[in-house]
Amino acid sequence: MDIEKSTQELADRLQYIQDIFGSRQPGDVGLLAEKLAEFRAREQAEAMPQKVKLLAQLQDLFDFVEKKLDAELVPMDKVRIVRHPQRITLKDILEFVYDNYTEIGGQDEYSIDPSMVIARAYVTRRIGDKVHNQPVMVIGQEKGHGQEFRNGGSVKPWGNAKALQYMKVAETENIPIHTYVFTPGAFPVEDYPGAAQQIARNLYEMSALRVPVIACFSEGGSGGAEAIALADTRLMLSHGYYSVISPEGAAAIESGIRQGQRAPVSMIEECAERLKITAADNLRMGYIDRVVHEPPLGARPYHYDFFKRLRQEMIMATDEAFLGVKGLGLIRGMALKRRKQDTVADPESMFVRWVLDEGAADRLVWKRYSKFRNMAKDAMRDKTPASRRLADSLQQVSWSTYSYLRYEFLRTYGEKLKTLVEETRAEAGVVLEKVLRPFKSGSARKVDTQTIQKLTELSCAEEGICLTADWDEGYVSPKAREDKAVTCPNSSTHGCLDLWAPDLFGDFAGVCQYCGHHFPMEYQWFLHNVLDKDSTVEFGQDVEAGNPLDYPGFDQKIEEAKSKNKIKSSCLTYEASIDGIKIVIGVLVAPFRGGTVGAAEGEKFIRALSRARKKHYPFLAYVHGTAGIRIQEGTNGVIQMPRATMAVRRYIEAGGLYTVLYDTNSYAGPVASFLGCSPYQFSVRSANIGFAGPGVIKETTGIDIAPDYHKAYNALARGHIQGIWDRREIRNNLVQAFQTIGGRNLYYR
Amino acid sequence: MQDVKAILEEIKASPYEEVAILAPHAGKVQFKVAGEGTKVYAPSGTWREKPGTLLATLERERNPRPITCTRKGEVQSVNTQLDGTFVEAGTPLMVLRHFFTKEEVTQAILKKVLFLFPAPERAKYLFAPEVDKKVKVSGCQSIKVKDGMDLFIVSRMKREKPLAYNGPEGILYAVYFSYDQNVDAGQPLVSVCPENQMDMIRDVVNRVQSDWEERE
Repeated sequence: MDIEKSTQELADRLQYIQDIFGSRQPGDVGLLAEKLAEFRAREQAEAMPQKVKLLAQLQDLFDFVEKKLDAELVPMDKVRIVRHPQRITLKDILEFVYDNYTEIGGQDEYSIDPSMVIARAYVTRRIGDKVHNQPVMVIGQEKGHGQEFRNGGSVKPWGNAKALQYMKVAETENIPIHTYVFTPGAFPVEDYPGAAQQIARNLYEMSALRVPVIACFSEGGSGGAEAIALADTRLMLSHGYYSVISPEGAAAIESGIRQGQRAPVSMIEECAERLKITAADNLRMGYIDRVVHEPPLGARPYHYDFFKRLRQEMIMATDEAFLGVKGLGLIRGMALKRRKQDTVADPESMFVRWVLDEGAADRLVWKRYSKFRNMAKDAMRDKTPASRRLADSLQQVSWSTYSYLRYEFLRTYGEKLKTLVEETRAEAGVVLEKVLRPFKSGSARKVDTQTIQKLTELSCAEEGICLTADWDEGYVSPKAREDKAVTCPNSSTHGCLDLWAPDLFGDFAGVCQYCGHHFPMEYQWFLHNVLDKDSTVEFGQDVEAGNPLDYPGFDQKIEEAKSKNKIKSSCLTYEASIDGIKIVIGVLVAPFRGGTVGAAEGEKFIRALSRARKKHYPFLAYVHGTAGIRIQEGTNGVIQMPRATMAVRRYIEAGGLYTVLYDTNSYAGPVASFLGCSPYQFSVRSANIGFAGPGVIKETTGIDIAPDYHKAYNALARGHIQGIWDRREIRNNLVQAFQTIGGRNLYYR
Repeated sequence: MQDVKAILEEIKASPYEEVAILAPHAGKVQFKVAGEGTKVYAPSGTWREKPGTLLATLERERNPRPITCTRKGEVQSVNTQLDGTFVEAGTPLMVLRHFFTKEEVTQAILKKVLFLFPAPERAKYLFAPEVDKKVKVSGCQSIKVKDGMDLFIVSRMKREKPLAYNGPEGILYAVYFSYDQNVDAGQPLVSVCPENQMDMIRDVVNRVQSDWEERE
């Protein structure tokens, strides 16, 4: 026996325990250190058998103490566990969970993004004499022990693009996908394809992947995690965490410290507790399906039993996903259910063919949608009275029926009839033309000069001010009521003269007359001056933002936001019309807690999309501003990213026209999901668009970014948005966009 | 040719520049700096995005506009009698003292002593092939130029034409263009130093680099 090696292992274990508990060292740790030192002192003098005995005793003591300490772990300890260099990584999993694997497109730093690892792996099952090799696509972040080029699992946009590419390969090959989430969050660079954009694309595509996806969380940091975790079954390691933001980030926001400073340790620990980030919390809230138990104090690469358990859980989850949508497999399904309840299950003794036919794939996608649709139901307050709920559901049935008759039934037969009429008319036209040609006069119809002038000359922009709306009745910004002058920030470079506030915020719609700089305007300006007068009808106003995690002090803050803004959540939904085109609008309102999205906002957005789908209206997301996901709601907020994206996909696939218009500042979660997945994203000139704000980028990557990094023009140059509009032209441009993109039906494919 | 050492002595005698801050427009002025001797800072940050020290505000139409410092230095005098009064555009508000840095002193000397050859038009400039080879191998100071010598190639809109040097004979002291960037008309392309002055200029520049005391 190699005493030296075993002693070193114990020393490593001790170091690990000390690292995990940080400054908060329980007494038992001291005891272990003492015993180990004592053993080292005595070791030289003892004979070999005695040494082995002592060592075995010491190992038992370590096991005992580790077990005891495991019960004392607080959430922040778990954060330290997943970040520890001794933590298992994806490469360990590939080595020990699968029977064989080939890494795709990566050899250490030589890869498009080494922090995202893709592998084609095998799971081998022996049933009787027969051996089944079942392929899976394994995708996940690799934190790599001390390998700097992996960025600690922070995936760059091109890494997520690589993941998406291989998800699609798996779909083509009809093999299941296993994803492993080991990320503290995505790397916030906007370079093409852009952090937010790529995550949005991943979510959009994953929401309708036609093969089962099984995700396993170890470290699930917000957007970075979601990029590969929209799955049919979500497992979570018992010592992992899944959160909207790192505890350090939350503490920095909560304590209101400035850039470069550190939040106090006690605050960080408190935030970790408040955010409800552990596996048990997430299981209770329903955001994961099952917890994979780890050895005391977390799995490390030498815990071979753990890898066996993980393998069984992954196989079982995959079997379940297949059997859940396959027609055949009732008895095996029941057997699986029974096995799930056993502590030690052996799913390998049973064979499930990991292949889906078309019908089963359809059922799989629908099941995935339903699963996410039903999440976070209890995380918001819906105060709609029962009578109105009943009326609403009756109304929805009537819309669905009308929509079926009008767009499915009548269109099918109507189209046929129309084609016939058009063909006949064209034939008759040719005959008539031939017959009537000799009688037609040679001269063309004269057009008067005024019409020619109208058609050929440019309009005179200086004659009229921006909007045609009647200002006495439109919304006037409160800033326009002040008798003062305002200086344009570009005055030093562009020589803009001072503007009088009533002019600037009234007639000029907050746009500098000299350089076109856009000052921020209120969201009401858009509602009253862009949409048709008196056409807006709000719905879903009884869904209220709440405090699902009972985050201390947050109840008061949210009540303040409600009373100050006189609205109940940061998402407002309307049915309205614009130049006669009926549309459904979702508005994210910046003054309400920064336009952050929580469970209520997500739900309202989804309901609005559903309404637009049923009524066959185009959907416009007007993002007055959003700071991201509301951190005080924890995972209840994060889950809105896949939820709302799935709803968007459902709407678009049903033929809907989904357009996004950004105003002021739009960042993080919403942009990286349900807003970013829109094929038509436009922006007002005043907007800043991106994944993380300049402060966060500096904090997480240490890179100083240029002041204009997030400006709309750069977002356009990077391919994030499709156009930039002047605020004074929003109405005309929207009408134009609906008419050209929406086609002849104006709004619906 | 001027006496380099004399220029240096002249700068040393008054090692700063006085910057007068004038009211950019009419308005009520409110000073924000303490007074004589206060240190003020220029805009900072990688992109100079953080504005310099706030010197005063000038309020017009209930719109207080800041006057910030554009150069580092210290306040020499403030016209405190104007505080709170309405001033017209162009009224002197205060005087700042900007102390020269090593780089500024060097540039000031070179500007006076060397001949700067300007770009005739906005274009990209390259050295003629033989010159370019020499510059790459042993640096620009190995090149002797004389009037009428084919020194540059003007590259514009996919057309290239030679450009001859005209000016006093001497050695190329510094190059101010790079092959991939446009140079505006009138901007210097190279600076030329008479051969017999080279040693002295190098000597003075070295002395400035080692001896000049920068004042914080």
